Amino acid sequence: MLKSSQQKLLHAAVITTALLTASAVQAAELVVDQHNKTFVVEGNKVEAITIHVGDTLRFRNDDPFFHNIFSLSDLKTFDLGSFPKGQSKTVTFDKAGMVEVECAIHPEMYMEVTVK
Amino acid sequence: MKTHPTLTRTARKVLFIACLGAAASSVQAAEDYSSFLRPAEIPQPDNNRITTARTELGKMLFFDPRLSGSNWISCGTCHNPTLGWSDGLPTAIGHGMGVLGRATPTILNTAYQPLQFWDGRARSLEKQAVGPIQAAGEMNQNMDELVKELSALKGYRDAFEDAYPGEGITEKTIAKALATYERTIVSTESPFDRWVKGETHAMSKQAQQGFEVFLGKGRCVLCHGGFNFTDNGFHNLGLKNDDDPGRYGIRKVKILKGAFKTPTLRDVELTAPYMHNGAYKTLEEVVDHYNRGGDTKDNLDPNMQPLHLSASEKASLVAFMKALTGEPAPVTLPRLPIE
Repeated sequence: MLKSSQQKLLHAAVITTALLTASAVQAAELVVDQHNKTFVVEGNKVEAITIHVGDTLRFRNDDPFFHNIFSLSDLKTFDLGSFPKGQSKTVTFDKAGMVEVECAIHPEMYMEVTVK
Repeated sequence: MKTHPTLTRTARKVLFIACLGAAASSVQAAEDYSSFLRPAEIPQPDNNRITTARTELGKMLFFDPRLSGSNWISCGTCHNPTLGWSDGLPTAIGHGMGVLGRATPTILNTAYQPLQFWDGRARSLEKQAVGPIQAAGEMNQNMDELVKELSALKGYRDAFEDAYPGEGITEKTIAKALATYERTIVSTESPFDRWVKGETHAMSKQAQQGFEVFLGKGRCVLCHGGFNFTDNGFHNLGLKNDDDPGRYGIRKVKILKGAFKTPTLRDVELTAPYMHNGAYKTLEEVVDHYNRGGDTKDNLDPNMQPLHLSASEKASLVAFMKALTGEPAPVTLPRLPIE
C-alpha cells in the first residue's frame, strides 16, 4: 500500500506525464518550484518527473533563502548558480535519458528527470 | 496550535519564515512553533531498528580503544560525552598524535542528519561509523583484523548474537551497532524548549531578545532553522586562511568550494572551539565573524552579509544560543569484554 507522500508523488508524476504527452508535438516549459527545500510541481512535491526531448524546466525559488540547482549527470551537466526568492532559471533537456538534479546548498533536494 | 505570549508580532512573522524550512505543509500560521519542537521519536532505518541489545553493543564498541589500530583510541576519545561529544580541540588528534585538518563534530542529534561528516560524504550513520576506524590518520585499523580481534572475545560474540542474531561479527554489524548507539545520542530539554512550550520565564529576557535577533536582523535562521537548528546544508562562511575544499571534494559545484555542513546549535555552548577548523574559541568570536559578513569573500555563501548588530544584540544572541543547552544526560560507561 502506498503511503500518502508516495501517492502524491505518483499523482504529480502522472499529471505531469499526461500534460506533456498531450502536448508532445511542441516543446513545453514546466515550472519546478523550490518550496520548503523541496521540488514542487503544481503544488505537489516531486522526486521524479518525465518530460520530452526539447522540453524546458524553469526552476523558481520560492524559499526565503538561496538555492543552487545543478546536475553532474553525463546526459546534462549544468550549474545554475545561486539565486534568491522570486528568481528563476531555465534548463532545456535536449537528449533522452535520465538526469539527476539537486540543490548544492541543500542536498536533501533531489529529483530525477526522465527525458523521453 | 500553540502561541507564545511573549513573542512580538514582528518575531512571529519572521518565525513563520523559519518554519518554512522544515514543515511538510505549505501553509502555516505565523504562530506555529512546531518546527522548533523536539521530535518525540528518533528516526531509524527499517533494517536497523533501535533495540536495547544493539544500543548496548554499540556503546561497548564506541568506548572500546581496541577498535583502533593502536588499541589506544576509541570513538569516545574524540567524541567525548564530557565535552559535548566533541574533544575541545581546534582540530582533532588522530593516530600517532597526528593533528588532523578538521574539528571533531559533535555527534549529538546525528540521527536527524541525512548526511554525515563535515563534507557530507556519508549518506547514513552506518556508512559513517566505519570510516574513522579505517582512516589511516584517525584510528588506523584494518577491518579484517578488527573482526578477528572482536571474534576472539566471548563477551563480544554473545553481545553480537544478542543484537543481530545469526548475522555474526562483520563490518556490517559493527557499523550497525555503532550507528544505533550514535542514534540514541540526542539533545535533552533546554530552557528554549520549555519557553517555546509556554513557560514564559524558562528563558531569560536577554535570550528572548537574542531569539528575535536570530530570526530577524541576525539572519541566523536562514541556515540554522528547525528544531535541530540546521538546514543540513553546506555553506562557505568566508573563514580566513582556509584552503580546505570542503563539500567541493564530494560535489564539484562552484558554490561548494570551501562549503561545510551547517552544524546543530543544540548544546553549542559545550562544543567550543567553533567552525570546521576550530578557528574561534568563543561564541562571541563566532557572532563577530557573522557580524562582519565573513572575511574571505571569493566564494562566500550568498546568505552571508554584514549584519550591523549592536553590542547588546550580539550579547543577546550569545545568551540565546546558551539557552539551547539541554539538561545533563548522564552516560553510563560499559564494561568491556576482556575474554
